[in-house]
Amino acid sequence: MLPHGDDEEKWLAEGIAGIQHNAFYMHRALDSNDLKDALRYSVQMLSELRTSLLSPHKYYELYMRAFDELRKMEMFFREETARGTISVIELYELVQHAGNILPRLYLLCTVGSVYIKSKEAPAKDVLKDLVEMCRGIQHPIRGLFLRSYLCQISRDKLPDIGSEYEGDADTVNHAIEFVIQNFTEMNKLWVRMQHQGPTREKDKREKERSQLRDLVGKNLHVLSQIEGVDLDIYKETVLPRVLEQVVNCKDELAQHYLMDCIIQVFPDEYHLQTLETLLSAFPQLQPTVDIKTVLSQLMDRLSNYAASSIEVLPEFLQVEAFSKLSNAIGKVIEAQVDMPVVGAITLYVSLLTFTLRVHPDRLDYVDQVLGACVKKLSGKAKLEDGRATKQIVALLSAPLEKYNDIVTALKLPNYPRVMDHLDNGTNKVMAVVIIQSIMKNTTFISSADKVEALFELIKGLIGDMDETQDDEIDEEDFKEEQNSVARLIHMLHNNDPEEMLKIICTVRKHIILGGPKRLPFTVPPLVFSALKLVRHLQGQDGDVIGEETSATPKKIFQILHQTIEALLSVPSPELALRLYLQCAEAASDCDLEPVAYEFFTQAFILYEEEVADSKAQVTAIHLIIGTLQRMNVFGVENRDTLTHKATGYSAKLLKKPDQCRAVYACSHLFWVDEQDGIKDGERVLLCLKRALRIANAAQQMANVTRGSSGPVVLFIEILNKYLYFFEKGNPQVTSSVLQGLIELIKTEMQTDGSSDPSADAFFASTLRYIQFQKQKGGAMGEKYDPIKI
Amino acid sequence: MNYIIGAFKPPCNITISFADGKTRKKASIKKENGQTAMVPLFQSLENIVGEVSIEPVQGKKIEHTGVKIELLGQIELYFDRGNFYDFTSLVRELDVPGDIYERKTFPFEFSSVEMPYESYNGINVRLRYILKVTISRNYVSNIVESQDFWVRNYTPAPTINNSIKMEVGIEDCLHIEFEYNKSKYHLKDVIIGKIYFLLVRIKIKNMELEIRRRESTGSGPNTYVETETLAKFELMDGAPVRGESIPIRLFLSPYELTPTYRNINNKFSVKYFLNLVLVDEEDRRYFKQQEITIYRLQETS
Repeated sequence: MLPHGDDEEKWLAEGIAGIQHNAFYMHRALDSNDLKDALRYSVQMLSELRTSLLSPHKYYELYMRAFDELRKMEMFFREETARGTISVIELYELVQHAGNILPRLYLLCTVGSVYIKSKEAPAKDVLKDLVEMCRGIQHPIRGLFLRSYLCQISRDKLPDIGSEYEGDADTVNHAIEFVIQNFTEMNKLWVRMQHQGPTREKDKREKERSQLRDLVGKNLHVLSQIEGVDLDIYKETVLPRVLEQVVNCKDELAQHYLMDCIIQVFPDEYHLQTLETLLSAFPQLQPTVDIKTVLSQLMDRLSNYAASSIEVLPEFLQVEAFSKLSNAIGKVIEAQVDMPVVGAITLYVSLLTFTLRVHPDRLDYVDQVLGACVKKLSGKAKLEDGRATKQIVALLSAPLEKYNDIVTALKLPNYPRVMDHLDNGTNKVMAVVIIQSIMKNTTFISSADKVEALFELIKGLIGDMDETQDDEIDEEDFKEEQNSVARLIHMLHNNDPEEMLKIICTVRKHIILGGPKRLPFTVPPLVFSALKLVRHLQGQDGDVIGEETSATPKKIFQILHQTIEALLSVPSPELALRLYLQCAEAASDCDLEPVAYEFFTQAFILYEEEVADSKAQVTAIHLIIGTLQRMNVFGVENRDTLTHKATGYSAKLLKKPDQCRAVYACSHLFWVDEQDGIKDGERVLLCLKRALRIANAAQQMANVTRGSSGPVVLFIEILNKYLYFFEKGNPQVTSSVLQGLIELIKTEMQTDGSSDPSADAFFASTLRYIQFQKQKGGAMGEKYDPIKI
Repeated sequence: MNYIIGAFKPPCNITISFADGKTRKKASIKKENGQTAMVPLFQSLENIVGEVSIEPVQGKKIEHTGVKIELLGQIELYFDRGNFYDFTSLVRELDVPGDIYERKTFPFEFSSVEMPYESYNGINVRLRYILKVTISRNYVSNIVESQDFWVRNYTPAPTINNSIKMEVGIEDCLHIEFEYNKSKYHLKDVIIGKIYFLLVRIKIKNMELEIRRRESTGSGPNTYVETETLAKFELMDGAPVRGESIPIRLFLSPYELTPTYRNINNKFSVKYFLNLVLVDEEDRRYFKQQEITIYRLQETS
């Protein structure tokens, strides 16, 4: 028969009306100093508080009204006793004549307050009497409010140290005793509430109870305000007593709230010094209590405390805070079998945060935490629980954030083991986080061991985690991930070639298994990283001669060769080709002719066998030509073979303009504008002439197919090539040849009806250039002089 | 008219006054008509001293065959109304036979009067002390005037005063242990005690302590017993659990109690009981009654 909302409102209104009615007569009695009537009406007024019909919330409203009226009574009592109409002792007896217990006790507390103030009896005695007498109210809500009233009126009258009510030496203990006793009784009432009434309304009662919790908690607050509660007393008396009550009440709601309360109201310093006692209570709590939140709170507070000032850190060490917390967590997890994984992990996150704040230098602690977490997770499959996963990410991110240095994390053997428990998606996210951390802090990973460890961490990105390849992988995300891996590879660096080589080998070992989708992303950075090493070796060539080192360029090239080969299976021939050419160039710089030749061979093979697309061929051939042009390592024979090949391929391109351009590009192969470069003017001219022929052929083909002349631009391009070699002093290129070509172009352009504005502009600027050179005078001007435009 | 009234009026005014009437303590007594009156207060073995003044109505003389004053202790049982039983009767002759013409006073004194019983106004019984002046006359009825006074006897604090401690209960339902600090209380005493709940299987709503007075009159088959509840004092509100101990502190002073009277002259007894009542949510009452002795302690002041 619990109240419905409407009825409750009605009852509350009735209660308030009752209070107001009686308060009115009480005021009249107070005004006429009529003690007897004042008592009578105040008793009647307080009788309204005897109701059982109201929920705590409404009851509170009623209580507050009565409370205000009682302040007036208290004032009246004080005046009466001051005036000497009645002694406070008589008054203290007089109010106890009331037949109903609740009004009686409210009045008793009110007079008690006056009694203490009068100092006619030691505060401790009065308080003790009051707290004992209040036992008469066993009804939870009424009892809680009465005792809360007691707490309220007594808080400024405790015989605390330094208080005016301080008594003999032992005085503080009485104050503490009083508060603790009141707390204990209130808690008992509060806990009992849930057992009263029908089971089906349990939820409602729980809700009501949580509305009342602050009444209970207030006592702890008062305790914490007592000056006399120093560390010793807290340690010896207060905490054990309070904890005893908390543990013994065996109530989930109460235990959770009160532990939290203890942690919040008492100073951090006390917690630190009593950590053992405090923590020992946790495993004794009910299995359903949400310990993790509370413990996390504690650890957060402690870590904030540690962070607040550097001076307190020694205290933490002194009390071995870490091992105590760690033990406690272990015990709690052991005790609460049903605790969800997320709970356990949350605890570990808090512990880790604590550790990082308090013992930043103790990596072993960090690892210990992670180890414990692994232990908890072991035997379980990958985590399905989203929240748990989140917590693990938090757990793993914390050290990264703290140390800003992945190297530190790499030293933690348990780190990857924790990661193993993440699902694939999260694992990747975590790996990206790690890489980002490295990038952000530009941390160089400088040993093969660390690299090994790192790749263990990010293996989610390096290879496919398991056979169940989900198809939903977002292409962009994938690219993003792989790009970050690629960036990461550049961060793996050591100045010592030996170590660097090891690093490269390690990286290679990992990425080579990455599968066709990843290799195009991961191989290039590795190749360039290796080439960088090669150049580095080359740079210090002189110094290392004579030393027996394994990190020779030759060796590196071998590795590179194998690495690039892997791309063939992808297949990604264009990329491989580029890389081969890069390697060839590097090999050339190292004077390793056979190696360079081999790389070129590979490039050509690729060109022949794999590059089928005509556009790709064009690009490839230009690359080959460009690279080859700069190679100076080859002997005449090798070079001939290669140039011959290149020229051959150029002429065999599909489209005429492409052919043309490739062929005139080939001309550079015979003219290296360096001191010792070959300068074979004849063959240059041969190439250019061939290009002209092809251009002509292109022109005719265009005529045939489209009825219009083809692009004159090819001629202009060839003219520019001629000009180049003319200037470089190729004896085969003479001014008359140039003159002829210019004339040719002019005719072509005239016959060509539809003029191409870009070609016109191109030609015009070429002519302008010639004009400019002519006017410049000097040797160059003389050279140009014969040409007429 | 005056003449007629004058015929029924007693021919004289008799007043009885005590020697220390002004200073003597008085007790406030509830009379039968509900009004309170103040009457002089005595205790056993006191000297009762005073004087009687007889003042004849103007112009009349009183012939008498003697004037006497009696001190009577009477028990009046209401079912036997009008029949007084005198347990004490002392007589002093005030005047030899003769005539009284004018106001005349006679001093009297009863020394160390033994008044073993206290005055008492009960439901079925009354015990009272009076001084009765009788002017005996021939042929016409005697002229009688009486004056009540109150007697209270004080007892020293008992040397043996054990506490009352008892464990009671209903099997598998309710088990309590209660303790009252004494078995004998004086009228202004405080009952201190506690109730300890050993087993609670019923839903208790509240608990109160009653003070009950049992007055039994007559004897044998004609015994009348009246029980009154003089005090209802709530001790506890709500349902306790096992292990709770509830304090008792009951001040007796606000209640109109008398000392316990045991077998007063074989006519009546007044006994007091503490009745501990537990009320459950269905308003069933569980109680245990325990006799206490109440006495009147000599006030030190």
